[in-house]
Amino acid sequence: MAQAEAAEVVLRLDGITKRFGPLVANNAIGFELRKGEVIALLGENGAGKTTLMNILFGHYTADEGTVEVFGQTLPPGHPRAALAAGVGMVHQHFTLADNMTVLENILLGTRPLLSPRLDARAARVKVARLSEDFGLSVHPDARVGTLSVGERQRVEILKALYRDARILILDEPTAVLTPQESSALFGTLRKAVAQGLSVIFISHKLGEVMEISSRVLVLRHGKLVGEVATADTDRQKLAEMMVGAEIAAPRLAEREPGPPLLTLSNVDTPRRGNAPGLSAVNLTLRAGQITGLAGVSGNGQAALAALIGGLERPVQGGMELHGDVPTDWSPRAALAAGIARIPEDRHKTGTVSDFTLTENAVLESYAEAPYSRTGWMDWRAAEDFARKIIETYDVRCPGPSARIRLLSGGNMQKLILGRVLEANPKIILANQPVRGLDIGAVTFVQNRLIAARDDGAAVLLISEDLDEVMALSDVIHVIYEGHLSPAFKRGTMSPAELGQWMAGHGFGGGAHAA
Amino acid sequence: MEIFDILLTASFWAAAVRIASPLIFATLGELICERAGVLNLGIEGIMVIGAFSGWMAVYLGAPLWAGVGVAMLAGMLFGLLHATLTVPFGLSQHVVGLGVTLLASAVAYFAYRLSLPEVTSPPKIVPFQPVEIPGLSQIPLIGPAFFNQTPLTYLAFVLIAVVSIVLYRTPLGLALRAAGENPASVEAQGLSVTAIRMGAVIVGSGLMAVGGAFLTMSAFSSFFFEMVNGRGWICIALVVFGAWRPGKAALGALLFAAFDALQVRLQQTPLGALVPYQVFLMVPYILSILALVLMSRRAEVPAALMVPFNKGER
Repeated sequence: MAQAEAAEVVLRLDGITKRFGPLVANNAIGFELRKGEVIALLGENGAGKTTLMNILFGHYTADEGTVEVFGQTLPPGHPRAALAAGVGMVHQHFTLADNMTVLENILLGTRPLLSPRLDARAARVKVARLSEDFGLSVHPDARVGTLSVGERQRVEILKALYRDARILILDEPTAVLTPQESSALFGTLRKAVAQGLSVIFISHKLGEVMEISSRVLVLRHGKLVGEVATADTDRQKLAEMMVGAEIAAPRLAEREPGPPLLTLSNVDTPRRGNAPGLSAVNLTLRAGQITGLAGVSGNGQAALAALIGGLERPVQGGMELHGDVPTDWSPRAALAAGIARIPEDRHKTGTVSDFTLTENAVLESYAEAPYSRTGWMDWRAAEDFARKIIETYDVRCPGPSARIRLLSGGNMQKLILGRVLEANPKIILANQPVRGLDIGAVTFVQNRLIAARDDGAAVLLISEDLDEVMALSDVIHVIYEGHLSPAFKRGTMSPAELGQWMAGHGFGGGAHAA
Repeated sequence: MEIFDILLTASFWAAAVRIASPLIFATLGELICERAGVLNLGIEGIMVIGAFSGWMAVYLGAPLWAGVGVAMLAGMLFGLLHATLTVPFGLSQHVVGLGVTLLASAVAYFAYRLSLPEVTSPPKIVPFQPVEIPGLSQIPLIGPAFFNQTPLTYLAFVLIAVVSIVLYRTPLGLALRAAGENPASVEAQGLSVTAIRMGAVIVGSGLMAVGGAFLTMSAFSSFFFEMVNGRGWICIALVVFGAWRPGKAALGALLFAAFDALQVRLQQTPLGALVPYQVFLMVPYILSILALVLMSRRAEVPAALMVPFNKGER
């Protein structure tokens, strides 16, 4: 990176401070970005990364400090000025209109509003050239609503490149991508840098930061706490800088499994749209045991979660709960049977965004004492419960009466975890419990799940992260197109062997051994 | 069968086109608002104010086209009120819309009473007269139906094309549709969601008012209370019927108008002597509901319709 040192400074942030009420989201942050380099902005959820980039792009106005692009100070609060200066931003939540085509989304706002023509033809040529140059294949006439997440992200990048961005900001770009899509994205970024663009890459995934960046800036609690050349550091050091403490990996102590709490024998469930149903699934969840479910996304994990959560009934096969066959299977029956759910999508199915923390805390138990008596809500009891979760599970929030949408993903997940675990569930359905969380929150959630297992709960851990499944599970199943592999004991399979099962090897013929 | 005889008369089709014209103006106006993300329930009242103000201007001596202009301005004024309350202030679009309807109708009736206190039957103006399009008006059936209408009707049909082209072929149309689907996309491309949405509501309201003015300046020649008679609400349904597309929505307006023209004529047939006339009055509404159910099942609602946008909110 010797050349990079000498390269021209394209962006300079100086003394950026932003307060949201009493919270200081950014505290006097300053750094420089040079031509042709990738810097990673690393930090936990809520460290202030996104706020900083939103200030840079003009979505927010900083309370103090200045942004300079190519030596010119940007007027605060004007995305248009940032765009004109050559800053392109790929937001974490895509800013695309689903009802329009790729080309229309790219063209949006690129011409004066009152000009009579779109000049779609010239644009099409330019987009085709950019797609070619940067490896961003996407059909210009496809409606954005029909595109996959990876394709949408390519559209976002094309939008920035179309406007001749010289500085690309990517906010947690890999959070929603498959590993293959992520490596394609990195290919694109390398091409961009080779052509003299500069990139700011926001992430809390250390592996990616090590792979793509040349310099790392670490943010913690709104402050810039470190800046290192990527070559001079490693994952462990970065993690410690990010969290501000040493991190211990979760440990699973040996433990005799208890009696079976939930048994599925030869269960089929119907297909739902593109998602496969279960076919001939045999599964036993035992007390005091974590059962890991590995598999590539979309292979029937949703169907299994829906079945155990009470949203789906088996069309064939038997189900036993605590030794009995449940007569009426519904989400309410599942709750009553002591099945606690950590849903896959905490925004859509785990919480109600515009409800307060208190309301969300009693979402599953509001109709029971002590939260309601003789048909009346006891909000004081509910709020006490929310406070208890906030304290015990370290939920960082303004208070129990704040709307939950204001919380970061990790804190939202901690609230859900508290809601689930405080009910002392017998069976815990943990579907992607740590997806999108930062290291501190991941460790916290995982340790809590292990503690629940040690207390005798049966845990089903569904995850697309094989490392996580292998680290936390007593037994592992692989799911593939609705079929379940036999149960593999902890430590008996290598990642490569499990990877083979995940790719469908071993499921020959009427595969339902168990 | 009388019904086929009716369908083959030029006067039936001419009536259908005439009845459709005000609906087309107002439907296009509503469609523009909704495509930008704002439901404008002020439509009914804005049509009343348009009907009144255009007619009043002509009654006081203005030329007909100036009257259309006055109606449009009056509509835009109420559009500005609606837009201010719903876009930058982000108030409930339902409540504001109904409020605008009540206010605009009341203002129209009040102004009417104030300016013509002693009048029992409303005075007449000389309305727009039919203009034959040379050549085209000679085509059998279609000619008299489509090409012997008043200039305002021609304007309505031209507007269908204009609105389609603006929506789908210009930078402004892109921004408008994006504002109704995902305002963050507009913001991220450096445009102002507030300006686009307010502009859409103001222009859309102007068109609604011209639709109202059609009633007093082209269809009839004077202003009555209750003359808009729910046409605004019909237009809201037509936007849904047309799946937020100008061409389909205008087609819906024509279809509804055809049913309306048909029922009037059916009343005069032998069948009309048997069945109470109220049944015929219901026909267009019943058929519209049926068509709405059938046509709009797969319609894609603008995703951000009725969702206020606050810059910088998390």
